[in-house]
Amino acid sequence: MKTLFFSSRNTKEILRDKLTIIFGLGFPIVLLLLLSLMQSNIPVSLFEIDQITPGITVFGLSFITLFSAMLISKDRATSFMYRLFTSPMHSGDFIFGYTIPLIPISILQVLICYVVAFFLGLEITLNVLIAIAVTIPTAIFYIALGLLCGSVLNDKQVGGLCGALITNLSAWLSGTWFSLDLLGDTFKNIAYLLPFAHAVDAGRAALSGDYSAILPHLLWVIGYAAALLLISVVIFTRKMKS
Amino acid sequence: MIMTAIKASALTKKYKSETVVDDLNLTVANGELFALLGVNGAGKSTTIKMLSCLVRPTSGDAELLGDSITEASEKVKEKINVSPQETAVAPNLTVRENLELIAGIYGRNHKEARKKANEVIEEFGLSEIMKKKAGILSGGWQRRLSIAMALISEPKILFLDEPTLGLDVLARKELWRIIERLKGKITIILTTHYLEEAEALSDRIGIMSKGKLVALGTADELMKIANTNNFENAFITLCENGGNEK
Repeated sequence: MKTLFFSSRNTKEILRDKLTIIFGLGFPIVLLLLLSLMQSNIPVSLFEIDQITPGITVFGLSFITLFSAMLISKDRATSFMYRLFTSPMHSGDFIFGYTIPLIPISILQVLICYVVAFFLGLEITLNVLIAIAVTIPTAIFYIALGLLCGSVLNDKQVGGLCGALITNLSAWLSGTWFSLDLLGDTFKNIAYLLPFAHAVDAGRAALSGDYSAILPHLLWVIGYAAALLLISVVIFTRKMKS
Repeated sequence: MIMTAIKASALTKKYKSETVVDDLNLTVANGELFALLGVNGAGKSTTIKMLSCLVRPTSGDAELLGDSITEASEKVKEKINVSPQETAVAPNLTVRENLELIAGIYGRNHKEARKKANEVIEEFGLSEIMKKKAGILSGGWQRRLSIAMALISEPKILFLDEPTLGLDVLARKELWRIIERLKGKITIILTTHYLEEAEALSDRIGIMSKGKLVALGTADELMKIANTNNFENAFITLCENGGNEK
């Protein structure tokens, strides 16, 4: 019950912040619209809707890290956390309370991206549902990253690291905007050591119906998400006790 | 019924080589309003943080209604609540939602939380602002809400850390009236910089200086110890001289 009350509070705090709506939901939609518009005006296939939509969903989820980290770091910076830490809440109540609300918000964000993509010409198939399901480990990765950043950074640092660095890493190392082949083997190899490109490739494989190609990519994302979740829970709990 | 609400024994907090609270021994009776006075850095807030289980003591212990803050902090947390120095409200939640949140995290279900919030809204005169977001309220309203949030869990011991800091005279007097209404019903530990606040509200006053409790007694007793009939002069004398523990 404590977790439910706390997660309900966190949902309201996130969704009532106008910047969340603008960046989390509006920005990916604007990018989809712009890239589709560009595609319609160039002779080569650069931003086909079935290729960019999985990428934009992953890029959009990077904002979840910002929301999560900002909420936690702001709570830490105020006496509100003092109040919570002197209450009978346990570390599990905090961790679930901060993470649970972001899962439906992430899925909603991905759903909205796909609905917009339908209007821009994406074919409506069952593969879309699989592609949406495939983004869940990516959402957990970004949520865990937010929990970690919010636990160790202040709100200004969160703005810089999560607002700029993580979103840019997600954009440039995911192959959303351009093929990673264009940047040479070294850059490509580095990109594929990180989860972003795998997350996009898993989504593209799901959307195209190439089911056998999903799991190898998804395992990278699941591995990163699990490791990061474990690290962030340990660090958050330690911070709470200290 | 346990007559002693708080019994601190050799409570000490050190940060590296700096001793912030030094060998604090203190007993507060059930239902007493006890004020901790001291200049900045005297150790008042750290004492409150240790007693409310936020900060672990370096050595020593304290029992709150029979439970140790070091060994049974979970039990202690169920009996206490805190109104921190800065306003501690969730800014994007309405006044009612803030109250229901605290009722919920202290174990009430949704129906009970709503009922309890209604009672507290009535008691604290929050009806006119109950649908407003806490973040847009004035300092006085936020502080009143913060205390209401601390009381919605029906704590047996309430810690008020600088409850009127930064408020105008009217808002401060209004909070005084609220605190006075609570006197005798629950144990209150109040830290404040305002000497007249401690003098007017408290049953007893402890004066801390450089981490030590240097004087303890009623306002009249402290003035007598300092050989003055002015409480401000008594406070200055006792802080400077280290006072005589009573």
